[in-house]
Amino acid sequence: MSSSNGTGPAQHTVVAIVEDKPGVLQRVAGLFRRRGFNIESLAVGPTEFEGLSRMTIIVDGASAPVEQVEKQLYKLIDVVKVNDLTHEDAITRELALLKVRCNNVNRHELLDVANVFRADVVDMATNSLTLQVVGDGDKINGLIQMCEPYGIRELSRTGSIAMTRGAKTTTVHESEPEAIARVHQSQGRRVEADLPFSSD
Amino acid sequence: MVRMTGSQILLECLQREGVSTIFGYPGGVVLPLYDTLPQFPAIQHVLVRHEQGAAHMADGYARASGEVGVCLATSGPGATNLVTGIATSFLDSTPMVAITGNVARTLLGKDGFQEADITGITQPITKHNYLVMRAENIPMAVREAFHIAKTGRPGPVHIDIPKDVFQEEAEFEWPEEINLRGYRPTTKGHSGMIRRAAEAINEAERPIIISGHGIIWGDASDELVELSEKASIPVITTFLGIGGFPETHGLSYGFLGMHGMYHANMAADEADVVIGIGMRFDDRAMGRFNDFNPDATIVHIDIDPAEIGKNLPTAIPVVGHVKRVLPELTERLERRDRSEWLGWIDRVEEEHPSLEIRETRRLIPQEIVRTLYEETNGGATLVTGVGQHQMWAGQHYFYDSPRKLVSSGGLGTMGFELPAAIGAQMGVPESEVWAICGDAGFQMTMQELAVCVDERLPVKIAIMNNGYLGMVRQWQELFYDENFVSVAVTQPDFCKLAEAYGIRALRVESKGDVLPAIQEARNYDGPILIDFHVDQDENVWPMVPAGAALSETIEMPEKELVR
Ligand SMILES: Cc1cc2nc3c(=O)[nH]c(=O)nc-3n(C[C@H](O)[C@H](O)[C@H](O)COP(=O)(O)OP(=O)(O)OC[C@H]3O[C@@H](n4cnc5c(N)ncnc54)[C@H](O)[C@@H]3O)c2cc1C
Ligand SMILES: Cc1ncc(C[n+]2csc(CCOP(=O)(O)OP(=O)(O)O)c2C)c(N)n1
Ligand SMILES: [Mg+2]
Repeated sequence: MSSSNGTGPAQHTVVAIVEDKPGVLQRVAGLFRRRGFNIESLAVGPTEFEGLSRMTIIVDGASAPVEQVEKQLYKLIDVVKVNDLTHEDAITRELALLKVRCNNVNRHELLDVANVFRADVVDMATNSLTLQVVGDGDKINGLIQMCEPYGIRELSRTGSIAMTRGAKTTTVHESEPEAIARVHQSQGRRVEADLPFSSD
Repeated sequence: MVRMTGSQILLECLQREGVSTIFGYPGGVVLPLYDTLPQFPAIQHVLVRHEQGAAHMADGYARASGEVGVCLATSGPGATNLVTGIATSFLDSTPMVAITGNVARTLLGKDGFQEADITGITQPITKHNYLVMRAENIPMAVREAFHIAKTGRPGPVHIDIPKDVFQEEAEFEWPEEINLRGYRPTTKGHSGMIRRAAEAINEAERPIIISGHGIIWGDASDELVELSEKASIPVITTFLGIGGFPETHGLSYGFLGMHGMYHANMAADEADVVIGIGMRFDDRAMGRFNDFNPDATIVHIDIDPAEIGKNLPTAIPVVGHVKRVLPELTERLERRDRSEWLGWIDRVEEEHPSLEIRETRRLIPQEIVRTLYEETNGGATLVTGVGQHQMWAGQHYFYDSPRKLVSSGGLGTMGFELPAAIGAQMGVPESEVWAICGDAGFQMTMQELAVCVDERLPVKIAIMNNGYLGMVRQWQELFYDENFVSVAVTQPDFCKLAEAYGIRALRVESKGDVLPAIQEARNYDGPILIDFHVDQDENVWPMVPAGAALSETIEMPEKELVR
C-alpha cells in the first residue's frame, strides 16, 4: 500500500464503473487534468446494469502512480468502482477504420495484408479501400504500419476497452436476479468479492 | 403529499437539515427564493456585503461550531464571487453547502444574462456538486449534499438551481434514505493494520504523534489524549491541528512546520516512528519531502485513502475515522517509560526556545497575542487572516480545546479574518471571538463590518497594523536581497473607518496601552476595533525556508534580537 514512485509499467489500464449522469465524463477528465495524469485513451459505454457506465482509461504510467489514480477516482462521488487491469490477464480491444489508397494493380496485395490482420473490408471505391480492424493496440499499429506504404487517407481509432479473462469480473457487485441465482446455485459458483474499502 | 414550489421545497429541506442561518446576497435568479424566505422564520438570512464574505462566514460558522455552514448567491458574478471561499473550505476540508441560482433552464448554455457555468467552475474545488434540473429533485440533492459535506473527510458541496426550478411546483417528498453507492467512507480501521501500527509503536524508542485537523473534525481530542498518555508519546500538531491536543498538556510540544517550534521540527526529524493522525503531510508542515526524517517508520491514520502515501512513503497505513481507530490502537499499546526521549525534546526546547517574548522598545504583535492569551485565560476564539499575524496567533496563544483557532491554512486566503470571525460568532454566540487581522488582509473584506453592526455581533477586531504585506516583506528581505517591491501599503485611518460604520474603535501605539485596550474591548458588548500600530520590521521565527528540510530550521538571527 505504500506509495509507488511511478516507475511501474509504461501504461496502465484502469476500468471505472461510474454513475450514468450528466457531467461524469467531465469530472473524470478534470481530475486527470488537475492531477497531471496523462490519458492515452478513454472509452465510455453502458454496462450490464442500467444507470451505470463503464470507462476504460489507459493512463501513461510515467505521469502517475496508478495507486493515486485509483484512489483519486474513488473520491469522485459518481465513481462506484475502480479496477486496475494492468497486471491482470485481460482482453484489450480497440477498433480502427482505415481508408487506404489503392489501385487496380495493388488492390489484391492490400487485401492480402488485410486478411493477415483479419481486417474486414467495409467499403470500397475505385482508388481506396476502407478496412475495419479489431484488436489490441499492437495489432492495430501493425496493420497501420503495413498500410502506410499504400497511403493512409484517413484513420479513426476508438479507445481501448478491456475485460478480465475467466470467470472473474471487474464490475459492480450487485445481487443477482433470483431466477439466475437459482440456476447458478444449483451449478455452484464462487462468491464475488466486496468493494475494496469496507464501510458501515 | 403537498405541492410546493421549488423555493419552498429548498427551504423546507434546509430547515429539516437543521439550518438556522444562511449567509447570502440576492439577485435576479434567486428572487423567487428570497420571496419565499419570510415563510420560513426559523431560517435567519444574513445579508453580507460581498459574496466572498458569505462563503467565509459559512466556513467560519462551520469551523467554530462543527455544523455545516450555508451560503447563497445569485448566478454569474454572485456565484463567481463565492469561488475563493469555496476553495478555502475545500483545501481545509470544512463542511459547507453553497447554493447558487442560475438562469432559467431554457437559457442554460445560451450565454444568457448573468450566466456562468458555475458547476463547471466549482467542480475541482468541491467535494461534489449538483445542477438540479427539476424541483422534485431538490430534496435528494439537499440530503445528499449535507451528508457528503459532513461525513468522511468533510468538504464543500455546491448546489446550482436554475431560476424556473425555484418557481416550478412539485410534490414534496422527504427522502428517508440516501443511497450513494459511489460514496462509502471507511470508518473502521483494518484490525491487522492497527495491530501492526501498535507493534511498531510499542517497539519504538522515539515515537512522535503529529496530529492534524482531522482530530478536530473527527471529534477525537479525548481519544488522542488517552492514547498519548498511556504510551507516553509526545504530541506535536500541524497548524490546523492546533487545539486538537491541549497545548498546556505535559506531552504537548507545539506545532511543526515552516513556522513551527524549533524543538517540534527537531523532534519530528529525530523520531524513529512518526504517527500522523488526521493530517495530510502538507509541504508547509513537513518541509522538503525527500529529506524528511528518512529513517523513520511512518504510520498514517487518515479517513481519506488517497492521502496515504501521497507525499511520503507510508509503512503502515490505517484508513478510518480517528474516533474509531484511536481507541482500538490505544488498547493495543503498552505503557512505556519514555522519559529519555521526552527529556531530549525538553532539552532542545530549553536550548532553542521558540516562544520567548524578548524585551523590545517597540510594540510587537507577539506580545499583543500573549497579553490576550493571559487576559482571556486561553478561553477566546481567534480567527486570523493570512500572513505574519496568523503565525503569531498560532504561536503565542495556547489553545487547550479544538475550534478555538480558526484560520485558512491550505489556501491561505487573505481576507478570511473578518467574515470568518462573523461566522464563528454566529455559530457559537456565547463565545468571545477575536478577529486577528492583517492590515492588508482586512482591507480585502472590510466591507463586512456592516454585518457586525446589522447583527449586533460583539466581535473584537484586532488589526496588527505593520503598514506592510508583512509576510511578503519578510520573504523579500530574506530571499530577495531586501528588494522591497509593492509591499508597503498605505492605510486608511482604521478607527475612522470603523466609526463610519458606527463601530467603536481604539488606537494603540505603545506597550502600556495594550492591556487596557484589550480589557476595554472585553468589557464592551458590541463590535469593537483596535488598531494596533506595531513594529514594521518584525519577522516570524523560527522558519524553514520554502524547499528546505525541517532539519534546516532557522532561528531568530542575533541582529533581530534587539529592537
Ligand atoms: C503563511 C502560512 C504558513 C503556514 N505554516 C505552517 C506550518 O508552519 N506548519 C503547518 O503545519 N502548517 C502550516 N500552514 C498550513 C498548511 O498550509 C496546511 O494547511 C496544514 O499543514 C494542513 O494541516 P492538516 O494536514 O492537519 O489539515 P488538513 O489539510 O485539513 O487535512 C486534514 C486531514 O485529516 C483527515 N481527516 C479529516 N477528518 C478525519 C477523520 N474523522 N478521521 C481521520 N482523518 C480525518 C483528512 O482526510 C485530511 O487528510 C501554513 C499556512 C500558511 C498560510
Ligand atoms: C488573497 C491573497 N493574495 C495574496 C496572498 C499572498 N500573501 C500572503 S501573506 C501576504 C501579506 C499579508 O499582509 P497582512 O494581511 O498585512 O498580514 P501581515 O503578514 O502583515 O501580518 C500576502 C500578500 C494571499 N495569501 N492571499
Ligand atoms: Mg500587515
